[in-house]
Amino acid sequence: MGRKLLLEHEHVPGIDGYEVYRSKGGYQAVEKALKSMGPEAVVEEVKTSGLRGRGGAGFPTGMKWSFIAKPEGKPRYLVCNADESEPGTFKDRYLMEKIPHLLVEGLILSSFALGANTAYIYIRGEYKWLVDVMEKAIGEAKHNGWIGKNILNSGFNLEIYVNNGAGAYICGEETALIESLEGKRGNPRIKPPFPAVSGLYNCPTVVNNVESIAAVVPIINLGGAEYAKIGLGKSTGTKLISACGHLKKPGVYEIELGVSVEEFINSEEYCGGIRDGHRLKALIPGGSSVPVLPYHLIYKTANGDQRLMTYESLADGGFATGSMLGSGGFIAMDETTCIVRNTWSFARFYHHESCGQCSPCREGTGWMEKVLHRIEHGHGNMHDIDLLVDVAKKIEGNTICPLGDAAAWPVAAAIRHFREEFEYHIKYPEKVKGIYAHLPDYSAVPV
Amino acid sequence: MKVTIDGHTIEVEPGTTILQAARMIGGDVVPPAMCYYSKLKDSGGKCRTCIVEVSKGSEKDPRPMPKLVASCRTTVMDGMEVKNFTSERVLEARRGVVEFLLINHPLDCPVCDQAGECHLQDLAYEHGSAKTRYEEERRKYDMVDIGDKIKLHMTRCILCYRCVFTADQITDKRVHGVLHRGDSAEIGTYIEKAIENDFSGNVIDVCPVGALTDKTFRFKSRVWFVKPMLASRSCDKCCGKVVLWTSGKDVHRVTARKDQFGEVEEFICNTCRFDKKHLNDWTIEGPAPIEKQSVISANKYKQGLKVTAPQKIEYGNRPLLG
Repeated sequence: MGRKLLLEHEHVPGIDGYEVYRSKGGYQAVEKALKSMGPEAVVEEVKTSGLRGRGGAGFPTGMKWSFIAKPEGKPRYLVCNADESEPGTFKDRYLMEKIPHLLVEGLILSSFALGANTAYIYIRGEYKWLVDVMEKAIGEAKHNGWIGKNILNSGFNLEIYVNNGAGAYICGEETALIESLEGKRGNPRIKPPFPAVSGLYNCPTVVNNVESIAAVVPIINLGGAEYAKIGLGKSTGTKLISACGHLKKPGVYEIELGVSVEEFINSEEYCGGIRDGHRLKALIPGGSSVPVLPYHLIYKTANGDQRLMTYESLADGGFATGSMLGSGGFIAMDETTCIVRNTWSFARFYHHESCGQCSPCREGTGWMEKVLHRIEHGHGNMHDIDLLVDVAKKIEGNTICPLGDAAAWPVAAAIRHFREEFEYHIKYPEKVKGIYAHLPDYSAVPV
Repeated sequence: MKVTIDGHTIEVEPGTTILQAARMIGGDVVPPAMCYYSKLKDSGGKCRTCIVEVSKGSEKDPRPMPKLVASCRTTVMDGMEVKNFTSERVLEARRGVVEFLLINHPLDCPVCDQAGECHLQDLAYEHGSAKTRYEEERRKYDMVDIGDKIKLHMTRCILCYRCVFTADQITDKRVHGVLHRGDSAEIGTYIEKAIENDFSGNVIDVCPVGALTDKTFRFKSRVWFVKPMLASRSCDKCCGKVVLWTSGKDVHRVTARKDQFGEVEEFICNTCRFDKKHLNDWTIEGPAPIEKQSVISANKYKQGLKVTAPQKIEYGNRPLLG
């Protein structure tokens, strides 16, 4: 059994309430930090732990915290990014639904470490019910003196507010999230300045993923050094993986980083294998924006090593033969999956979600979607494949925010590994026509 | 601070952007800019045509920047070395950006009112390709009247946001903005209404393409058939320094004066722009300077007609007026 730090008590009845959470050792980390540690010590522990951002980019959280500017007379803010909208990712939802107090406790610790007296939780528009869940947990914590003025007589004040997004993928990008939180149109800002210098209301701001903030609780309880022993190499600790697709047991699993991909897919403890009678064809290990892995590169890397669930092993071989751990949106596809259709579906999503600020992303995502639509519907030409590769290349790296990259990578990777399938679609359009049902309708224009 | 762009070194103040430094050097090193406007705060960073390669970060940290950067929003560091036209990577990426800007832009310059003074036309001429690889349907919108003086044709818009910044920073109230998102994003007033403001006409001048045009001038004449004259009047609202576009005794339109980068020197009010269309209203200062290469300077200088052999033009796989 792998060690569980976040979801240890997930099946305890009533763990979403304050009393049960407290009886299972909840808020001990806050007591420890506020009574016997200082803010710097908390930052140090997180640095020692080697915790890497769980939202997708994998940037060391402790280092991000140490970048925050501390000018006189300006408040600092902590923003919790709960705008979990990457297709295939649903771990934060599970965490907040099951154990909302874990996030509240993490927020108190992180705010204390950063010297922030106000923290915001930005919840995606489609998770409307979670606003009530989180507000209830915050209310209970406040009632019991964990939030408010002079917490535990330490002189530290904190207020936590919950904000509901309006359902835009782009608002998961930290500067677009800040714009949205300020009540503006959710357009990413042009960096620099980075939020650590000028973020929310032009004040120093740290934006962290739900899971990163929750992970601060076990780090303080265990100590950073102890936490760093879990996992493998630079991928320390545990990670929530939301597994979906053609698996026998899809769901949210907490793994120790370093478990092999083969074990994660096939063991009874985790996904239980591919659904009956089918074979694994492709895997997207970290949410829809990371490159897809073809069957021969899933269990083994290109040079024959075992593929592990770590930041390094999944990225082994770069984008040519590797992928990314990303946000942990683990999508397994068996041989019934049409890669062209799947790629079109993702391209359609990014086309729909592009904010429209910068030209490569605004025009390029739409272009790729239209070409893929044509190929999928039997009107493709052979030169369209190279066109897609070239368009993806011209979007990648030339946009304001990473949405352009996120749109370009899956298209480029699908063609890199499954080119013959695209060619088959173009050569034999009548054979692939009408096999699959229609995709959900995105046509409603947001007002 | 010292910065080197394409081998030209210049000393600049801290806080200067790469684009500003390049403009100080002038000549061939200046990157094209479709959305950046030096007179408008926070503009730039969006169109990505001004991207450059930073081959040396600074004297302290000489590592090159991994990605191409928007020169209009990147400030220089001491000892920075920038490659613009000398970098094949930049030119390739810029060709990509121009292609992206053109895929949904109608290629009907002959019937567009902006032709001859359109920045996208210049950009496409310098950095674009003669062929289009885009075979899909282009985005289309109906034309909208925003007030009785300004026509909005979203089909031509490249979403540079300049008109939004102008309304925010020059006028006292902005009533238009960007609606929707992605390639459905459009400039609009949401519920169709007039933009009424003493300085609203400036959105026409800042628009790099033919999306916002002057209704009092639309289709009256091609810009290269009218003569630009510098003129002024004493105005209690603005500087009163304008360019009159005349033919004979008729004043066809009035615009603000523009500098060599196509940017308005000083914004003018709607009274000067729309209501003073008689030569008697103005003190003429002389002909407005026009770049020699500009099509507007055609027909102004007598030249011997050169007869050249007909050239074969490749139109790609679609008719030019697709």
